[in-house]
Amino acid sequence: MSAGQLPRWVDFGLIPAFNLAAAFLVSGLVVLLIGENPIEAVKILIWGSLGYGEGIGFTLFNATNFIFTGLAVAVAFHAGLFNIGGEGQAYVGGLGVALACLALDRYVPWWVTLPFAVLGGALFGAAWAFIPAWLQAKRGSHVVITTIMFNFIGAALMGYLLVDVLVKPGSMQPETRTFEEGGRLPLLNALLPGDFFGTSQVNLALIIALIACVFVWALIWRTRLGYEIRTFGANPAAAVYAGISPVRITIITMMISGGLAGLMAINEIMGAQNRLLLEFVSGYGFVGIAVALMGRAHPIGIVLSAILFGMLYQGGAELSFEMPAITRDMIVVIQGLVILFAGALEYMFRPALVQIFSFARTPATQAV
Amino acid sequence: MTGTPAIELRKINKRFGPVHANKDIDLVVGKGSIHGIIGENGAGKSTLMSILYGFYQADNGDILVDGKKVSIPDSKTAIALGIGMVHQHFMLVDTFTVLENVILGAEGAALLGGGVSKARKELSRLENDYGLKVDPDALIQDLPVGLQQRVEILKALYRGADILILDEPTGVLTPAEADHLFRILEVLRDQGKTVLLITHKLREIMAITDTVSVMRRGEMVATRKTSETSMPELAELMVGRSVLLQVEKKPAKPGKTVMKVDGLDVIDSRGVKVVKDVSFEVRAGEIVGIAGVSGNGQSELLETLAGIRKASKGTLWIDGDQSNLGETRIDPAEMRDKGLGHVPEDRHRMGLITKFAEYENSILGYHKDPKYAKGPFLDIPAIKANANAEIEKYDIRPPNCQLKTANFSGGNQQKVVLAREIERDPTVLLVGQPTRGVDIGAIEFIHKRLVELRDAGKGVLLVSVELDEIRSLADRVLVMFDGKIVGERGAQADEGELGLLMAGVEGDAR
Repeated sequence: MSAGQLPRWVDFGLIPAFNLAAAFLVSGLVVLLIGENPIEAVKILIWGSLGYGEGIGFTLFNATNFIFTGLAVAVAFHAGLFNIGGEGQAYVGGLGVALACLALDRYVPWWVTLPFAVLGGALFGAAWAFIPAWLQAKRGSHVVITTIMFNFIGAALMGYLLVDVLVKPGSMQPETRTFEEGGRLPLLNALLPGDFFGTSQVNLALIIALIACVFVWALIWRTRLGYEIRTFGANPAAAVYAGISPVRITIITMMISGGLAGLMAINEIMGAQNRLLLEFVSGYGFVGIAVALMGRAHPIGIVLSAILFGMLYQGGAELSFEMPAITRDMIVVIQGLVILFAGALEYMFRPALVQIFSFARTPATQAV
Repeated sequence: MTGTPAIELRKINKRFGPVHANKDIDLVVGKGSIHGIIGENGAGKSTLMSILYGFYQADNGDILVDGKKVSIPDSKTAIALGIGMVHQHFMLVDTFTVLENVILGAEGAALLGGGVSKARKELSRLENDYGLKVDPDALIQDLPVGLQQRVEILKALYRGADILILDEPTGVLTPAEADHLFRILEVLRDQGKTVLLITHKLREIMAITDTVSVMRRGEMVATRKTSETSMPELAELMVGRSVLLQVEKKPAKPGKTVMKVDGLDVIDSRGVKVVKDVSFEVRAGEIVGIAGVSGNGQSELLETLAGIRKASKGTLWIDGDQSNLGETRIDPAEMRDKGLGHVPEDRHRMGLITKFAEYENSILGYHKDPKYAKGPFLDIPAIKANANAEIEKYDIRPPNCQLKTANFSGGNQQKVVLAREIERDPTVLLVGQPTRGVDIGAIEFIHKRLVELRDAGKGVLLVSVELDEIRSLADRVLVMFDGKIVGERGAQADEGELGLLMAGVEGDAR
């Protein structure tokens, strides 16, 4: 059997399901340990995230962030690059989005601002990914190390800018002034009839995220550049043989990846906060790695796993409210378990499944 | 050399998926002798030694050490049985001292003190017994490779090895260091140790061994007393006299020169000059074969001409178009634009992306061709139509362009590569090992295609370690040895003569 081939439905359906089940099983034990009823907890979690319009709205809002950061990791992944810098790229992308909004919000409606904000977010995110990419391509410094370091540099840079440069005059808060109408994306609740999404912040950025999914799908599987990216990721020696420049592909792919991460700020800054503030990325960039791994670096998978993580964030908040014994920290533990099983231990069940499926396919007589 | 042999292998088999790396290997190694195992890269020597050292498990067969049947599940067991191994790539910690490296894995106790002083004594004893002099407190990174290797030998002896396996030990050594190593091996033998020397260099076998076994394509083809054999005989055994597939072809009608190489030097990543001042030309309508035992610079030559490797010096003309290879690397894509096709030696490593579908592989290297593009997008229907046409024309089976190439057989994979390169109508086609790991039927097909290409007035440069393939396909044969072209022969070259050239025993003064 060649290196463990599995039917597609197992690879894309069963393995993530197993990982998730394992994560919830362990989470259930934790809940049991602190003396609460795990079944009840799951009920609250699901109700809190999907049971009513406002909950769904928050879930989708979180999912939008995850789609952007998940796509960012996925694109790099296709070139065999591990972009751990989504956090920093999204943060610096926020600067691009905020600058566009601050410059235009008083003069034009939001739909004029939007393209500039998108461009700003993507460009700033891409620029932040460019330096690690260049270092990897030209100097062999590993992107995993450099992108992590750039997260810290990005945080320091943004801290400086918000405290000393962009801060609203006379304010003690390290944040910019609030954008006017022309720098705010409309909330979906306002666009749709009725009051379905309530006070939730799900906004038009969700649509942009879905467009980004289509863009990534077409890029990776339908364009020449995507072909080069996949070739380089699957077999670097064959890429060189085919005349594909590793330097060029590394830099371009990382910049696309950084640009996608930067777009997360469209949702968070232009869609929800309406001002640039400290630490607004708050871990979405890192969790994007788990989202991409669980979604198998495919846009459809990423949408599904982004929704799952969106549910965990929203349902988790609800859970800590309903069950005081389950504190906010416990929710982080549960999220951590899902990331652990879906991300880090992604292939834990794979060898066993490969054995089961190869055994089922080859008749026992072969075992001589 | 009487009494029980040190090692006896009986009917050892090892498969890696479809590759049968060791087929029914029998081997007897006499106690207190230096036994050479020779064969080309990929003949299965290293696999066999890894089985002996417990890295791999044989699928079946018996291993006898000192006449007793044993099973060797891991290297710990091998060491306990007195087997020591010196790897091709040293397994040393660069930042540790010699002493620390020697005791690594045999520290003796949680606290190092006792083990260290014991080891120091033992090392000075080994030094006296075998003349293996190394400063125990020197850092590995400060030692030249010859001494690093000596540390590897000391490591094995420190663990009580009676049987020492050396895997391609001279690959990284200078000639003087190699000579020194041989003297050490002789001392070891004279002290009663058994030495197994794995190599593909005939000279070493002749210089040092008592007995030699030849492996070819996973099989042990012969065992000879070194004193009773000769380099030409061994060369012939190594390269093999496989079933001669006679290729139907008319005499070549060479036309103008389509490719000319002048003064090509290539230095590899280790800083070793692997191609030395190579010059030749290929004319339209001829197949030029490059023969040689693998590892004599043919692969590097091919990769350099294809634009994958950078040359340090040399000029290349393709169809009159001159490029200076020493100055800049001409990208493989540019080489293709100049009219060069390239069937790489290793289709899995380079020629294919096995997890991609066949149609995606059919444009590798040609994906920028406007034929396959709609703006920035790939024109997938056009690509598939072309792939299906190639599948039809080259009888690629199964005829399904959606299938991953990993699921094709070796012969069909090779046809995918060949179809891709030939159908682009190159002026010169570089072909490396076109039939390695390919079944008989496909071999015939591939040979026919290459001759057709020649008859269509194209130049073909063929690199193969199969002497028969070279002899039956090539109109002219160039022999490479040690990075140099040591001779040129016509189509009807004598096998024995080529064997001598390949062994570096004699060469034309060039």
